[in-house]
Amino acid sequence: MKKNNSLRYIISSVIVLSLIWIGNSGYFNGLLLSLGAVSVAFVVFMAYRLDIVDEESQPLQVSRRIVVYWLWLLKELVGSNITVIKRIWQGPHSINPVVARVPTSQKTEMGQTIYANSITLTPGTTTLDIDGDTLIVYALSYDGIRYLLGGEMDRRVKRLEE
Amino acid sequence: MSVFIDGLSWALLILGGFICVSGGIGMHRFPDFFSRMHAASVTDTLGGTLVLFGLMLQTDGQYLVLVKLILVLLFILLTSPTGSHALAKAALHGGLRPKLGSQQDKQDADVLNNFGRANASETDKNKE
Repeated sequence: MKKNNSLRYIISSVIVLSLIWIGNSGYFNGLLLSLGAVSVAFVVFMAYRLDIVDEESQPLQVSRRIVVYWLWLLKELVGSNITVIKRIWQGPHSINPVVARVPTSQKTEMGQTIYANSITLTPGTTTLDIDGDTLIVYALSYDGIRYLLGGEMDRRVKRLEE
Repeated sequence: MSVFIDGLSWALLILGGFICVSGGIGMHRFPDFFSRMHAASVTDTLGGTLVLFGLMLQTDGQYLVLVKLILVLLFILLTSPTGSHALAKAALHGGLRPKLGSQQDKQDADVLNNFGRANASETDKNKE
């Protein structure tokens, strides 16, 4: 890892960890703030030694667009939850489980990870594995697979990569 | 105004509670491990989110509590797919296979043979 590149990620770790400390403590006296500063410095030092202060643990490059994506994903979550709750109350005969391959168009590993985790987060569909650039998806019914093959989620995740 | 917020909060809490109970019932009604996992994820995502939103409306100006509830929501939404994926993959590697329905494509079902202990897939073949 190049030193000059990692400075950006170190600064962002310090900011995020300090915000978490202040948000959880709420005390602004000297003792607790200095304890917080020591903790943040120690955690960042350890993360630096572990070589995990990089774009994989802190994907800063997508941070602005991902808020829009989260809002869209929340809307999708509500819809798919209602479908699964309906199936729960209709009983086991209303599900028709299926395993299928779903192609992805993302170029980066991070894009594929976001897509696969979004599929798993939505009830009704779970990513079992990634095989090259296809995902192996288990769904409660073929409707879930048909929705994924429609490709709206795929396109939205791809847009996060740009 | 505060009556309105209180009412909204209670509506969210009750709806969230109903969804969590539905998830629990689904865990018992669905036939196999993989479909039960989906029922559990209902509780994780919409049920938990609604209960937490309902609690956020109860904070009444205590911003520290609000920040903590938002952190809880973020951690649940970030860790639940990781946990589901780990469970599903561990089950597949242990030799457990989902019960598949009538719309299953035969070729796609073959991908499941890439997982798990060799002897587990052999015993499956012997049964056939």
